[in-house]
Amino acid sequence: MTTLAPTVPSPRDALPKAAQPTYLNVETTLRSWLLTTDHKRIGILYLVSIVVFFALGGVFALAIRLEHLTPNPTLMDAMTYNRMFTLHGVVMVWLFLIPSIPAVFGNFVLPIMLGAKDVAFPRLNLASWYIFMAGSIIVLVSTISSGIDTGWTFYPPYSSYSNTAVPTALFGVFIIGFSTIITGVNFIVTTHTMRKSGLRWLQMPLLVWALYGTSIIQVLATPVLGMVLLLVMLDNGLGWGFFNPATGGDPVLFQHLFWFYSHPAVYIMILPSMGVVSEVVTTFSRKNPFSYKAIAYSSLGIAFVGFLTWGHHMFVSGMSKFDAGAFGILSMLVAIFSAIKVFNWTWTLKGGAVSLKTPLLYVFAFLFLFVFGGMTGVAVAATSLDVHWHDTYFVVAHFHFIMVGGALTGFLAALHYWFPKMTGKMYSERLGLLSAALVFAGFFATFFPQFLLGNAGMPRRYFNYPPQFQVLHLVSTSGSWILAAGLIIAAIVLLYALKWGHPVGPNPWGSRSFEWRTDSPPPKHNFHREPNFDVGTYDYTQPLLGKYDDPRPLPPLPQDVA
Amino acid sequence: MEFMRTILALPAGASTFADRVDGLHIFVITVTMIMSTLVFVAAAWFTIHYHRKRDDQLTKRLSASAFREGGIIGGILVLFVTWWLIGYRQYIEIMEPPPDAEVVYVDAKQWMWKFAYADGRSSNDTLTVPVGRPVKLVMTSRDVIHSFFVPEFRVKHDVLPGRYVTLWFQATKPGVYPIWCAEYCGVSHSLMRGQVRVLTAAEYEQWKSAGSDVILEADCGTGPGSCGGADLAEIGRAVAERRQCLACHTLDGQPHIGPTWSRLFGSTRELADGRRVVADEAYLTRSMMEPNVDLVAGYRDVMPVYQGVLQPAEAAAIVELIRSLRDGQPPSGVSLPKLEIEAVLDGGTSP
Amino acid sequence: MTTATHHEPAAIGHEAPHLEHFEDLEKQAHASRLGMWIFLATEVLLFGGAFALFASYQVVFPEAFRYSIHHNAKLLGSLNTGVLLVSSIFVAAAVHALRGGRSKLAAWLVTATMALGFAFLGIKSIEYSRHFAEGIFPGGVGSFFQEHRGPGFPEFWTLYYGMTGLHAIHVTIGIGVLAFLLAGIVRGKLTHVNSHRLDIGAIYWHLVDVIWIFLWPLFYLA
Ligand code: HEA
Ligand code: HEA
Ligand code: HEC
Ligand code: CUA
Ligand SMILES: [Cu+2]
Repeated sequence: MTTLAPTVPSPRDALPKAAQPTYLNVETTLRSWLLTTDHKRIGILYLVSIVVFFALGGVFALAIRLEHLTPNPTLMDAMTYNRMFTLHGVVMVWLFLIPSIPAVFGNFVLPIMLGAKDVAFPRLNLASWYIFMAGSIIVLVSTISSGIDTGWTFYPPYSSYSNTAVPTALFGVFIIGFSTIITGVNFIVTTHTMRKSGLRWLQMPLLVWALYGTSIIQVLATPVLGMVLLLVMLDNGLGWGFFNPATGGDPVLFQHLFWFYSHPAVYIMILPSMGVVSEVVTTFSRKNPFSYKAIAYSSLGIAFVGFLTWGHHMFVSGMSKFDAGAFGILSMLVAIFSAIKVFNWTWTLKGGAVSLKTPLLYVFAFLFLFVFGGMTGVAVAATSLDVHWHDTYFVVAHFHFIMVGGALTGFLAALHYWFPKMTGKMYSERLGLLSAALVFAGFFATFFPQFLLGNAGMPRRYFNYPPQFQVLHLVSTSGSWILAAGLIIAAIVLLYALKWGHPVGPNPWGSRSFEWRTDSPPPKHNFHREPNFDVGTYDYTQPLLGKYDDPRPLPPLPQDVA
Repeated sequence: MEFMRTILALPAGASTFADRVDGLHIFVITVTMIMSTLVFVAAAWFTIHYHRKRDDQLTKRLSASAFREGGIIGGILVLFVTWWLIGYRQYIEIMEPPPDAEVVYVDAKQWMWKFAYADGRSSNDTLTVPVGRPVKLVMTSRDVIHSFFVPEFRVKHDVLPGRYVTLWFQATKPGVYPIWCAEYCGVSHSLMRGQVRVLTAAEYEQWKSAGSDVILEADCGTGPGSCGGADLAEIGRAVAERRQCLACHTLDGQPHIGPTWSRLFGSTRELADGRRVVADEAYLTRSMMEPNVDLVAGYRDVMPVYQGVLQPAEAAAIVELIRSLRDGQPPSGVSLPKLEIEAVLDGGTSP
Repeated sequence: MTTATHHEPAAIGHEAPHLEHFEDLEKQAHASRLGMWIFLATEVLLFGGAFALFASYQVVFPEAFRYSIHHNAKLLGSLNTGVLLVSSIFVAAAVHALRGGRSKLAAWLVTATMALGFAFLGIKSIEYSRHFAEGIFPGGVGSFFQEHRGPGFPEFWTLYYGMTGLHAIHVTIGIGVLAFLLAGIVRGKLTHVNSHRLDIGAIYWHLVDVIWIFLWPLFYLA
């Protein structure tokens, strides 16, 4: 890139504020939303749908926690409870967390970060949302008809016998798989072919690397899941008995294929959050990442080595000792990549100009909780410890620490970080910090006791339990309400800002990342004119002002004055 | 140790593994807590120390030195591999039953545990074992997957339908410990509880002679050798006769249509496909249920499939009979039917 | 906004402008080809899962599998292999012809490819109806399994129907894609300028062929 800063006044100087066409107000009919091929609008469609699903999954979770307030049945019967945790798992995993960051924020910022007008296949992109909604509705219909009670892992032979709506729910998940694959293909192709000419791989924002790794997993792992789910569907629906030992089938084979998808899937859930952390940490510390390459390549490392560790879910399912050892050590290897990232993020702060805004507070929560959750993952991968911990609340705590403390926290960080970009409005920083603190405190109170429950031997998926566990369950249930309060406050704060928020300019955080070099909210095709990427995405050694769409320094936000 | 156990809510250890597993547990968890706190503290300290002073503040480029980066990675790797080494050695120990363990057959079904002992008794939901002696469980399920879990022993293993899996432990303290089913198995999964009763040697002998528990309810016929006696091997012989096993197998060492059962137990079998396996309880049970899976070298695939025919308790009794023949003394009084191979093949079962 | 909103497929005219969000047609062609290849990777893994299942069950039940493979009509299966191989050659020739501007020839070659696709499905349905007549149905249902008891048989035949059925669905989709492209060629909308679209259809067809090449030894050659 050689052209120097454009000197023509930016369009926003010429137009009065209200008249600037943005992707939001260029057309406003419902039809224009439902038939849009604009990646930003598709991102918003996804955002609205998955927030609804998250709330639904959260309500199931609160019901689970309430039931555990006492050792004996209170709210519901055993069958209802079993449906409850199955639906909680299915909704949270497939309807919320797998699409979450890639489909919402990936869709929104990935093309902008690459200087492109859209993703490579915009119509497919819209189709993926419709497919996702179709699958989700099928899953939800199955909940209304008779629910499913197999756990989100659908282990046969139980799932082949269960006379709940297993085939319908599996079919829904199967359909959702297509939308995941389409998004993955779209992102990979976009990253390869849509980069603004001159933007080299090692100049891309780290989020793009993370999404690239995620997409590889989505594309390679989802089809295998599709295959097994189809077979279980037929087992249950038509009595094929493919995994049923009564007809010579092998249920352990199902577990292998299921985890071949579902272990890489956990990295589908966490990698995008890691990408968000890289963006947020650099933006708010105004510093280049401590080691760009290490963070970028470790995303790919996780994507590939993550395919080799699935057996660590089966240490006590009857696998050979040799396999168990191999899966154990491979799990340790994949953990190294995460460790590399954690240290690089932390040391990025060093020598920076750190400003603790809401997204960064979420990221700090991420750091603490992800490291804790990840290290307990390594602990369960140390084969002998898993013999005690497998299928106890320790595992429940492990994955909630990562999936809620890590992935969900990353999602919330992203939501607050890009909110001004998506809406052109700023939320109340003070209330944002408060809700982040509540989420963190509530989270810790909910899930830390579950590690202890697991140590004490409390198995998971237990509808009632012996009284000696009650104290810890009590703490956990109370925590879940603090967590819910934090989330609801965050929702209110953002909804309020949507309507009455203080308008912001293109770059309220003073970030160098490319998506902040266009208006907030961006125009329909992302940039008013050829985007200027002269200053690198993490180059905080020189001022950005005067080179981009908006040459004027921003007026400080009211609450920042203090 | 006890102090850390209390903090971590770990139940008292009551098996030979417990102490070492908990040692690793405490090591790993302590490092986990320290590391996550350190990361958090480092982040907080940098935030305070490098707080943004001006709104348009710029920063200098700082990058990791490859040396430091490599050092940290190496350090963590060493730590992880250490955990894995310790853990994996313990895992092997947990997964490999000693040869002299006392055997109990476990039959899991929705939602109860059935135990059949070598001396022919059986019980539901309460497992009685002696202290200080290794006990091996040979487990199968009649319906879906269950998982046998005793927190105090730090052992757990899934119990699969159509397969025979083993789990062992050696209790160190007399007492009563809960058994939980740890694999989701339907509505009453959380009620599929049982208990292990660990008795002192004296109590155990007394319990054995008292014979107070439920007698094996396998249908063992009314003819000679029916299960009047309390010896499981005796019952096994009755079952083997009634089920026509002895049409093909001998107990005195002569090979017949099938291999003899004498000196079979614990020996290494050469299979037709070249594998070598040790004839333990799981192998023997599988040989009855799915004889075509592990074909013994030199024999034809003519043995009928007994899956669904032999009751688990009957299978347990036959295995006990074969065990009793491990030193090869042919028991007297067993008639050896001399059948012609051809005759058997007429009603042949192989495709 | 600007006038050039070419989001409809109708945009493929003689001058073949690229879609608006691409910088040029070359990038667009590159993107579609890459997209197709990645899609093929997912297909390979989809069948890969099934192959893994087949391999595992074959190890456990070698006898039942050997017997069942013999039971299959080797002739029909091999004939089908030939049919697909020839069709693959035709579609490759069609791409070549279209690139060289010989649209008419390309149209005929695509038609021939589709005809062979139908022939494949025809032969496959003859096989299926034979199996049904013998009492072999998926899931271990039918009189065949009364005569051939023992584990392994239901697994083999369920896999047989599942995998060849899935493959047949792919053949059908492939024929549909080719029909769509054929219509484009006939109406003069698909020419040497944007021949990469036929390329993509051809790649898919080759995949269908390649999968069969793996299924064939699995189910017909012991
Ligand atoms: C987003 C989701 C997510 C992620 C990222 C992970 C990450 C990891 N998981 Fe987890 N896991 C789940 C979700 C996830 N997991 C779920 C849902 C289940 C249960 C499924 C079910 O049965 O329902 C599960 C279960 C599970 C099990 C099976 C437990 C059982 O059922 O018995 C195991 C066993 O090995 C495991 C291991 C790991 C490991 C080693 C990692 C590693 O990738 C973690 C790597 C991260 C770190 C290690 C932290 C960073 C490290 C440092 C900062 C270094 C610290 C420094 C020093 C030590 C010096 N997980
Ligand atoms: C992304 C994944 C994810 C997330 C985010 C969560 C979130 C939570 N989970 Fe979840 N959980 C799983 C994935 C997840 N879980 C999985 C996979 C299982 C295993 C299932 C199985 O065994 O098969 C499981 C199982 C599981 C169990 C174990 C059940 C058992 O084994 O018996 C428990 C028990 O405490 C639990 C609790 C919680 C709680 C309290 C939260 C909380 O964090 C929830 C917080 C959310 C809310 C409180 C909602 C707040 C919002 C609103 C109320 C509405 C606001 C309105 C608007 C925004 C408009 N979960
Ligand atoms: C029709 C003849 C026949 C009958 C009846 C029969 N078996 Fe067998 N059995 C065989 C043959 C042949 C083999 C060796 C080939 C194999 O492993 O399948 C064998 C192998 C075995 C083995 C493995 C032995 C080894 O050397 O490893 C066991 C255990 C066994 N049978 C138990 C039984 C029991 C128990 C019964 C009755 C309930 C029974 N068999 C009935 C023919 C028979
Ligand atoms: Cu049996 Cu759970
Ligand atoms: Cu995993």
